[in-house]
Amino acid sequence: MAENNEKNKMILSSAPHIRAGYSIPHVMWLVVFALIPAASYGVYLNGLRALWVILTCVASAVFAEFLIRVLLKRSVTVHNGAAVITGLLLAMNLSPEFPLWMAALGSFFAIIIVKEIFGGLGFNIWNPALAARAFLMLSWPGHMTSKWHQFSDGNILSGSVVNSGISDQAFTIITGATPLGALKEGAVKLAESGLDVSSLHSVLFSNSMLKSLFFGDVGGCIGETSVLFLLVGALILLVTGVITWHTPVSYILSFSTVIFSYYFFTDSSEPVRALLFHLLSGGLMIGAFFMATDMVTSPVSKKGMLIFGAGCGLIAASIRLFGGYPEGVSYSILFMNTLVPIIDRYTKNKVYGKR
Amino acid sequence: MFTSTFRGGIHPPQMKITAGVPFENLSIPHLCRIPMQQHTGKPAIPVVEKDQFVKEGELIGKADGLFSANVHASIPGRVTDIGFYPTPYSEKGLCVVIEAEGSFSSDSFSEKKDISSFSAEEIKEKVASAGIVGMGGAAFPTFVKLNPPSDKKIDTLIINAAECEPYLAVDDMLCRNYAEEIIAGCTLLMKSVSVEKCVIGIEDNKKHAYKALQNAVSSDKRISVIKMKTKYPQGSEKQLIETLTGRQVPSGKLPMDAGVIVQNVGTAFAVYQAVCFGKPLIERFITVTGSIVKKPGNYKIKIGSLITDIIEECGGLTEEPAKILLGGPMCGFPLPSTDYPVIKGTNGVLFLSKKEAGNDKYDPCIRCGNCVHICPCGLMPYELGNAVEKGKTDFYQSLSPLDCMLCGSCAYVCPSKRPLTHFIKIAQQYVRSKK
Repeated sequence: MAENNEKNKMILSSAPHIRAGYSIPHVMWLVVFALIPAASYGVYLNGLRALWVILTCVASAVFAEFLIRVLLKRSVTVHNGAAVITGLLLAMNLSPEFPLWMAALGSFFAIIIVKEIFGGLGFNIWNPALAARAFLMLSWPGHMTSKWHQFSDGNILSGSVVNSGISDQAFTIITGATPLGALKEGAVKLAESGLDVSSLHSVLFSNSMLKSLFFGDVGGCIGETSVLFLLVGALILLVTGVITWHTPVSYILSFSTVIFSYYFFTDSSEPVRALLFHLLSGGLMIGAFFMATDMVTSPVSKKGMLIFGAGCGLIAASIRLFGGYPEGVSYSILFMNTLVPIIDRYTKNKVYGKR
Repeated sequence: MFTSTFRGGIHPPQMKITAGVPFENLSIPHLCRIPMQQHTGKPAIPVVEKDQFVKEGELIGKADGLFSANVHASIPGRVTDIGFYPTPYSEKGLCVVIEAEGSFSSDSFSEKKDISSFSAEEIKEKVASAGIVGMGGAAFPTFVKLNPPSDKKIDTLIINAAECEPYLAVDDMLCRNYAEEIIAGCTLLMKSVSVEKCVIGIEDNKKHAYKALQNAVSSDKRISVIKMKTKYPQGSEKQLIETLTGRQVPSGKLPMDAGVIVQNVGTAFAVYQAVCFGKPLIERFITVTGSIVKKPGNYKIKIGSLITDIIEECGGLTEEPAKILLGGPMCGFPLPSTDYPVIKGTNGVLFLSKKEAGNDKYDPCIRCGNCVHICPCGLMPYELGNAVEKGKTDFYQSLSPLDCMLCGSCAYVCPSKRPLTHFIKIAQQYVRSKK
């Protein structure tokens, strides 16, 4: 019967017997690749210190995943790139001057508490990088919001902003904050100093400011400033099919609706410029294209993605306009992450042949 | 031009390496091992005895009741054994083994009768006695389909020429070569169930076959050939019905509940041969394919031919296969060895190398939603997979596993390579066992 045994060596497994040519590492490393343009620009703009933040976050995220998976007796999967994405995204959401040990702690929190404790890749409820950012924000708000790259003495707004027709004192106040910070606090600070409040909008909503925001020549977190390079990355993800348009488009549309309506009805002078300023500033683009689209923590159906994105846009815009923080993108996504199971429940496919 | 399609679906590489390769007759095997069960339903009952001599086309297994099918000798010779052998339906299936002896009578099935001379009852009777079953793979006895309960109103006959499975090209070649015979078969089938409308659905990648069918129907206004988008699983019965008629088969029901009867092109061809020539289903065309087959092609084979012999006839293999599949790569049935016979429902034999077969390792679900987007049945495959993996049996029913036709699309697109179809099969078995 030796011959028979020899013959019975075929692999028996359930159909299908062919699979699409992509895998988890494939998807993850593509995301890393798509983030590289914006991250590189962040290093170019902010200097080598930013590179150290990035390397620290990535290395500690990978190490944290390796460590916790060994301790939990799970298979080590650091090669799949998921931890690299978490570290990279966290770094891109930190200020370039952020203390490195705190950054490393953030990565550990993201990987161990937010991801692996919940079961590892695929089982976490919140986006690990954003949850870690929220953790750092609560722990060290000062470090998170005040240590920015200085373009010139005291100017952290933009490297290419020029004073055209407003008082030097007002100009100094306005350029003393990142774009969204200036918008949030600027008016109060100008009023306290008895200066013309209208100069704030004339600087922030000017053509040159909007242009700086688009190309990324402004103060802010390492990876969020250049809308141009973020869109290049987003295009890579869209073309390769890693993400679909549903979440980002719905996010940006609902965000725009709220922002535009607010400026249109309360401060009707320049609603379009105000909208552009909001779209191009802060973490909106990196949030909408790279974080809200995180597969694990967003809905599975396209309808669900539209609802999810719309909720994110509504919350982010509301925090920016009415909340205590200048920026609301990360909290909007974290909040909607929490609602994903409910969204999934009500956006199931309609079964063929069932009424 | 507008091409019809259905919800979801995928685009696996087509790999139709034998498309356009002309049909070839494989030489008569020295031995045929003919299973009594080659169809859905009850196995046939052998009506021959050991050492008996049989002619080509002689009845060797009689249908056991209505939900069964006759089986005939595919070669003339001596019955050397009636015993249990591995078949695609069972590890130990009753088979009649015939060793070739004697000769073929060249005129056995050459007398042609005019197709208009048959009544509906005659057609059905001939289909039943010829042992015809669905040739697309599921092998449902055709006679049963042609006898719907009287309360079901059938208005359309659908002929499935989609052939959406990668690699397979046998239906394509059949349409190119035997379009008129297929149309004649359609006419007979229409008459047997007295419908006045017949729609042939074919994917738009089979241009030659489409043209051939178009030319063949030109005179009959009741039959139309519809081009459909090339997308897997276009050839699945329910998706085909939705594409061609806009109707959905109600959950848990049959195509006749949507007023249609679906037959494969190969079945239409077999019906034509059975009715006009009195030829039972003893041979068929199959695609023998795969990158490791020396002479891949589309062959006419005798039913009951062993895979071992077919490999030899096709020039052998360039390396040891890791998987042998009856059918295509998406739904094909894996065989443990080459010691298996080809049966009525076999539309192809595919050999995959070790590299092509891949491995069975898989990762957790990352909720990418690919399976949700492409599921043609509108299910949530990832949820079923997770529920089965965690053994949450009380969830199965609410996720409608029985509405899955196991097309394999979800597992195909999964970046974590999760065996979703396998998981769903487990859920199906559980839900059926609780009914």
